[in-house]
Amino acid sequence: MTNILEVSGASKSFGGVVANHNITLAVPRGRIVGLIGPNGSGKTTLFGSIVGYHAIDEGSVKFEKREISSLRVPEIARLGLLRTFQQTRIYGKMNCVQNMEISTSHVQESLWDMFRPLSAATTNKAEGLLDFVGLYQKRLLPAGELSFGQQKLLEFAMALMNEPKLLLLDEPTAGINPTLINGIIDRLKRANTEMGITLFVIEHNMRVIMDLADHIYCLAHGQILAAGAPAELRTDQRVIDAYLGGN
Amino acid sequence: MKQRLLYLLVAGGGALAPLVALDYIIQFSLLWMMIIFALTWDIAGGQMGYNSFGNILFFGVGCYAVVVIQRELFFDFNEYRNVTDLTPLSAVEYFWSFAIGSVVGAVLSVALAVLLGSGILGLRGHYFAICTLGLGVAAAEIASGWEFIGAGSGMVAPMFPGSPDGRGLFFYYLFFVLAVICFLSLRWLYSTRFGLALNAIRDDEDKAEAMGIHTTRYKTSAWCIAALFLSIAGAGFGQLNNFIDREVAFPGPTFGVWMVLMAILGGKGTLWGPVIGAVIFHVTQEVFWTYLFGWQRVAMGAFIVLIVVFFPQGIIGWLRNCWPERFGVRVDDDARSAQVSLRNEV
Repeated sequence: MTNILEVSGASKSFGGVVANHNITLAVPRGRIVGLIGPNGSGKTTLFGSIVGYHAIDEGSVKFEKREISSLRVPEIARLGLLRTFQQTRIYGKMNCVQNMEISTSHVQESLWDMFRPLSAATTNKAEGLLDFVGLYQKRLLPAGELSFGQQKLLEFAMALMNEPKLLLLDEPTAGINPTLINGIIDRLKRANTEMGITLFVIEHNMRVIMDLADHIYCLAHGQILAAGAPAELRTDQRVIDAYLGGN
Repeated sequence: MKQRLLYLLVAGGGALAPLVALDYIIQFSLLWMMIIFALTWDIAGGQMGYNSFGNILFFGVGCYAVVVIQRELFFDFNEYRNVTDLTPLSAVEYFWSFAIGSVVGAVLSVALAVLLGSGILGLRGHYFAICTLGLGVAAAEIASGWEFIGAGSGMVAPMFPGSPDGRGLFFYYLFFVLAVICFLSLRWLYSTRFGLALNAIRDDEDKAEAMGIHTTRYKTSAWCIAALFLSIAGAGFGQLNNFIDREVAFPGPTFGVWMVLMAILGGKGTLWGPVIGAVIFHVTQEVFWTYLFGWQRVAMGAFIVLIVVFFPQGIIGWLRNCWPERFGVRVDDDARSAQVSLRNEV
């Protein structure tokens, strides 16, 4: 099995604060990999480093064997590596369908394509995916009027619309009610198996991540603390200590 | 159907207006010019959320381009500077040089928009607004110091080869047709990916970048389109006014601010908002100048304050808040009939 994403020896510090130190991890193609760790352990910073939001100080990030640590955010996005945000980000004044329509892949977009009318196929796909996440009925409302949980679903659907190869999800179930969480787990799994999108997920909810991921990395104090299958990590004393404030 | 009727009414009314109001034809010409101002400002300012106070730059470039071309083609530089009455041009000479000058001005303006845009469109929010404010001021300073374009004493445009009524009609239809073309172009553009991308940049530019949108490309294109139409409008205005200098070509405190106000009054980020805003603004202004002469600037200032305080969303925005369903904002309770197949989507 090939790795779609390989991070090796990546470090990042902000001023004197070391957010990530010598991180090495790999995400195999077609799998769901989890990233856990206490608050402030550097998970979101790592995501930021991978998608080009800020440059890493040392180490390398390879996406499909290609070094991407010096590319900018939109360039990396066009390679097929997308992220969603912990603080959900959608286009608030546009309605859901429009949010989806503009989220199609921009990989092959020429100057001429910028001025091309939207095709019925695009709209159909947009509506189909909105239905997939349960937002079809609300598709004509401005996205900013949706509840937080619905915006999270919309952001996820927008990412799917883009058909990325690898999707980085930053806490997809944070702030969502327990009933809806099961729905989200189901959607994530289907996106993985049916659309073939590799997922790399930050998650605080242990039940969710144990259910979802094939392989989990645990981060603490900016370093990889442990890695392994969900069942192994659940009983790992170091992970338990990190979460319960031992150490 | 209703929409078609509206378009027909506006187009018919616009085309026939000179028949009933020949005395006010210049005011009506300027009304169409105001509509162009508001529409073009709204591309970047409304749809894209980049408030520009420097669009007047392109207007001035258009003004100067035509007059400079006319001088270069038909007059001797020194003779041109020293005489007050220029030998009138023949109709053919006049219209040809007008057309060529407009094209040259448009090309120059678009080139400037690309050049300046690729630099300052990287700025966000207030920083962009302040930077563009400098553009108009800088352009005016350059215009008042550059001998080649008349410097402080300005330049005189050639006489229109025809009767005063013919002149009025020509400029009326020039601005009318340009406004219609501008409106229809934008209507089409906003229905494409371009429109959605501009809105996405307005709502959350970081997200747009994270989704891989070519933001720089879209932003620059938006400004270029504004530059194109503004420049041609400027070309027309310079000829209509017969004389240009820095005050006429780069009227930042008047036209430059009005274009922002008109778009806000009607409703930023909508297609019809700027049109409605321009009509109301222009009519109000003419009324103030006629009936409140002496106090017209005070009245105008009060009017502007009222706009900003009571219509921050503009007229269309206010209507949309009152009747959202009319604008397509609604919950659709019917379930989607088609089954979703994730694999075989296009």
